Amino acid sequence: MSRGTLLLFAVAVLIGLPLIVVALSLLNPQWDILAHLWQTVIPEYISHSLILLVCVGLGVTVLGVSTAWCISQYDFPGWRYLSWGLLLPLAMPAYITAYTYTGLLDYAGPVQQLIRDLFNVSIGDYWFPNIRSLAGAVFVLCVVLYPYVYLITRAAFMQQSTAAFESARTLGAGSLKSFWRVAMPLARPAIATGVTLALMETLADYGTMEYFGVTVFTTGIFRTWYGIGDAQGALQLSALLLIFVIVLIMVERYSRRRARFYQQRSSNRTPQRRPLKGWRAGLASFICWLPVVLGFLIPASQLLWWSVEKSDIWLEASFWVLTGNTLWLGLLAACITVLLALWLAYGRRRHPTRPLRAAITLAGMGYAIPGIVIAVGLLSPLAWLDHQLIAASKWLFGMNPGLIFSGTVIALLFAYSVRFLSVSLQTVSSGLEQITPQMDDSARTLGASGRRILWKVHLPLLKSPLLAALILVLVDVMKELPATLVLRPFDFNTLAVRAFEMASDERLADAGPPALMIVAVGLIPVMMLSRALRNKSIKTGD
Amino acid sequence: MSTLLNLESVSIELSGNRIVDQLSLSLAPGDIGCLLGPSGCGKTTLLRAIAGFNPVSSGKISLHNKVVSSNSMQLATEKRNIGMMFQDFSLFPHLTVEQNIRFGIEDWSQSEQEQRVKELLLRIDLNGYQKRYPHELSGGQQQRIALARALAPRPQLMLLDEPFSSLDAELREILAHDVRHLLKEENITALLVTHDQQEAFAMADKAGVMYSGQLLQWETPYELYHEPTHELVADFIGRGVLLQGEVKEHKLHSAFGVIEHDDIKNHPNMQVNFLVRPDDIVLNKNSAMKAIVVGKGFRGSHYLYTLELSDTSRVLAVGPSHQPLNDGATVGIDVDFDHLVVFDASLCELPD
Repeated sequence: MSRGTLLLFAVAVLIGLPLIVVALSLLNPQWDILAHLWQTVIPEYISHSLILLVCVGLGVTVLGVSTAWCISQYDFPGWRYLSWGLLLPLAMPAYITAYTYTGLLDYAGPVQQLIRDLFNVSIGDYWFPNIRSLAGAVFVLCVVLYPYVYLITRAAFMQQSTAAFESARTLGAGSLKSFWRVAMPLARPAIATGVTLALMETLADYGTMEYFGVTVFTTGIFRTWYGIGDAQGALQLSALLLIFVIVLIMVERYSRRRARFYQQRSSNRTPQRRPLKGWRAGLASFICWLPVVLGFLIPASQLLWWSVEKSDIWLEASFWVLTGNTLWLGLLAACITVLLALWLAYGRRRHPTRPLRAAITLAGMGYAIPGIVIAVGLLSPLAWLDHQLIAASKWLFGMNPGLIFSGTVIALLFAYSVRFLSVSLQTVSSGLEQITPQMDDSARTLGASGRRILWKVHLPLLKSPLLAALILVLVDVMKELPATLVLRPFDFNTLAVRAFEMASDERLADAGPPALMIVAVGLIPVMMLSRALRNKSIKTGD
Repeated sequence: MSTLLNLESVSIELSGNRIVDQLSLSLAPGDIGCLLGPSGCGKTTLLRAIAGFNPVSSGKISLHNKVVSSNSMQLATEKRNIGMMFQDFSLFPHLTVEQNIRFGIEDWSQSEQEQRVKELLLRIDLNGYQKRYPHELSGGQQQRIALARALAPRPQLMLLDEPFSSLDAELREILAHDVRHLLKEENITALLVTHDQQEAFAMADKAGVMYSGQLLQWETPYELYHEPTHELVADFIGRGVLLQGEVKEHKLHSAFGVIEHDDIKNHPNMQVNFLVRPDDIVLNKNSAMKAIVVGKGFRGSHYLYTLELSDTSRVLAVGPSHQPLNDGATVGIDVDFDHLVVFDASLCELPD
C-alpha cells in the first residue's frame, strides 16, 4: 500500500473505532457483570426488544406494503399527492411523535377531556388505553417508520415487469391471486430490506422508550452509564444490543443480494394504472390517508398548536441561540462527514484494493449502529486519550489542559461522523459513479490536467449530490438524541436535547417550538426525495 | 515516406498478462488505419497505449519520429496532442454542446474558439445546437458532437475506439462515411478499432486483423479481402470457406477439378487450403460441374446459397433474388478465381 492509501485505510478504521471497541468487549466478556445483569434486567430487555421487533415489523409491513401497492397500481382521487404525502412522517423523529400523542391522549389531553365532558364521567371511571406503554411505543414506531417499507416496496412494485403480472392474469389468476402469487413474492426481498431498516431504527430508539418508560437496551445502557456509573456494564449491554443489530444487518445484506436476482429488466412499457371507482376508491384512499394522518398530520398539528400556545418562546433570545447552536453543529458535522466521504470515495475509486474496501465498508456501518452504542464505544478510548494527554501535559508543562477530546464538541463531531458517514458516503459514491473513467480519459486527451478535470468536470457534476449529502447529515444531526445526550459538553444544548428535557419535565407544550423547528428542517430532505422520485417517474414515462 | 504514427515491436503487459505482443505498424500522415479483430484480441489496449493511458513494456511508440512511449518513458496523455473518441462518447453531461466542443481549446482566443465551434458544427450538420445538452440529443448526434469535440484542438492523431458500436446498423454505415469525410477534410491521421469489418471497409485506407495480441496483416482493405496472407485473416474478413486441395506441378487439384492460375504458377508442390469466396462461384446451369443446394438465405437483392460439392465439402454462392432455387436442387457451377489464395495445410491453425 502506498502512503496515501495507508492514510485512507487508517481513517476508515478510525471511523470504525467505536464499533471495534464494542465488538471487542464481546470477545472479552465480564462474566460477573453479565451474570448480575442477566439476573436483573437482561431478560426484560430481550423480551421487550423482541415484542417491539415483531410488532413493529408486522405493523410497518402492513402499512408500507398496502400503501405501496395502492399507489403503484391504482388510479384513485388524490393518489398523486398521497404518493409523496406518505413520505412526510420521515420528517418526524419518533420521540417527537411520542410527545405529541402523549399530549393528545393523556389524562389532561383534549381527547380524554372530551370523553369526560360528553359522558360526564371523571378520571378512573372509564377505561382508556395508556399511550405511555409498550403498545403505545409500537404504535408510534409503526406510524413513523413505515415510509422505509413504503419507499422501497413501491419502487419494487413499479420495477416489476408488467409482463409477469399480466401473464399471471392471462393464466386465469384474479387480481388478488396475482398479487399474492406473483407481485408479493417478487417484491419480498425489497420488503425485507425496508422492514430491516425500520427495525434498526426501532432498536436504536432511545427517546420514545425513555419517555414511555419501556425498558430496553438503549435506556438500560443510559441508566447503567449515568445512574450507576458502570462503564463496563454499559459496554457489555451495548455489545448485546450490537448482536441484535448485526443479525439485522445480515438479514438486510442477504435480502439486498436476493433483490438483485429478482430484479428483472423492466420493459419500456410502464404498467397501466387501473382506475378505481366507488367503495374501492374509498378503501384505497382510506388505506393511504390513514398513515399520513396518524404519522404526520396529527402530530404536526399538535406541534403547531403548542407552538402557538407558547408563542412567547419564539421571542426568547435563548431559543434562537439554541437554534443557532444546533444549526452550526449540524453544518460543521455535515461538512466534516461530506469531506471525509468525498476523500474515501475517491480513494476507493482510485485504489480499489480489498483491505481498503473492507475498511470503508466498516466505516459505512455507522448508520445501523444505535447512537448510544457509538457514544459508549467512543467514550472509553477518548477518555483514555484524555488521561494520557493530561498526564503528558502535567509532566511537560505542569498544567492540566482538561478533557480535550471527551469533554468538548470534538467528541460529538466524532460520533456524528461515525453515525452519519454512510449517509454522505452513499450519496457521494452514487454521484461519483456517474462520472465514468472514460470521461476522465476524454478530458485528458483534450489536454486537461488532473486539477482542471477536478474543477471543470468532477465538481460541477458532484455539486448536487454533495449538497444533498450536506442537508441529509445536517437534518440527521438535528434529530439525533442519545449520542448527543451522552457526549455533549457541559451546558451545551441542541434543539433535540431541549425538546427531550422539556418533555421529561412534563412541560410538553414547551417542547413544541424546538420540536417544530426540527420537523420543519427535516421536511427539506423529504421534499428533495419526493422531487427526485417524481423526476424519475417522469423520465420513465409514468 | 514520412510516417506520423510508428509502432516498433510494441509489447504491453497488464497485471502480468501479455496483451499485445511485439506489434509493429505505421501510418502515413492523413491516412486512416483500422485494427480489426474479435473482442479480447488486444486492440483497445493498444489504442489506449498510443493515447498514453497504458504503459508499454517493450518497444517504442513514436509520433512524428518523436518517441512518446517506451519502457523507460511515457509522455502524459494531455501532452500528446491526440484526440480520442470513446465507445460511449463520454460527453460531459453538465456542459452544453458548445462548451463540450470548447473544452479542449479554452486556451485559444475567444474569437478563434467561436469560429472553430461554428466551423465544426457546420461540418457535422448540427449548427444551431450550441445551447443543447447532450441528453437532449439522439445517439447519432451525440456521436458527431463527440467527434467534433475531439477534432476541435486539431490533434495530430485521432484514435477511435469502436466509435459506432452503440448505434444501430443503418446509422452506423452513414456515420462511418461522414466521419471518414470529415477526417479527410481536416486532414487528420486516424486509427480506428472495431470488430465490424463493414466499418473498417467504409473508413480505412489501411487495415489489419489483430489476433491474440499480434497484427496479422497491415494493408489496404482490398488486399486484406482478396489477398489475405494468413488463414485467420481470410477467415475473419468477408464470407468464404477454406477448401482442401493439393498443388501439383503448379496446378491446383481439388473438388473443383484441376485449376491453373497465375497466382500459383511458382508454387511448390504441397497439400494446401485455398480460399473460396461467394463471388468466385458462378451459377451456370449449362456447366458440367454440379452441386446441391443445402441451404439458402434471402438477402433482399440476392440469395446466399450454401452448396455441397461432390466430396461433401461446402461453399457459398450468390444467386439472383427473383428466381430462387429450392433446397435439394442440383445446380451447375463455374469457378472463376480472380485471386487464388492458398495456404500451406501443414501450418493450418484455424480455430474450430
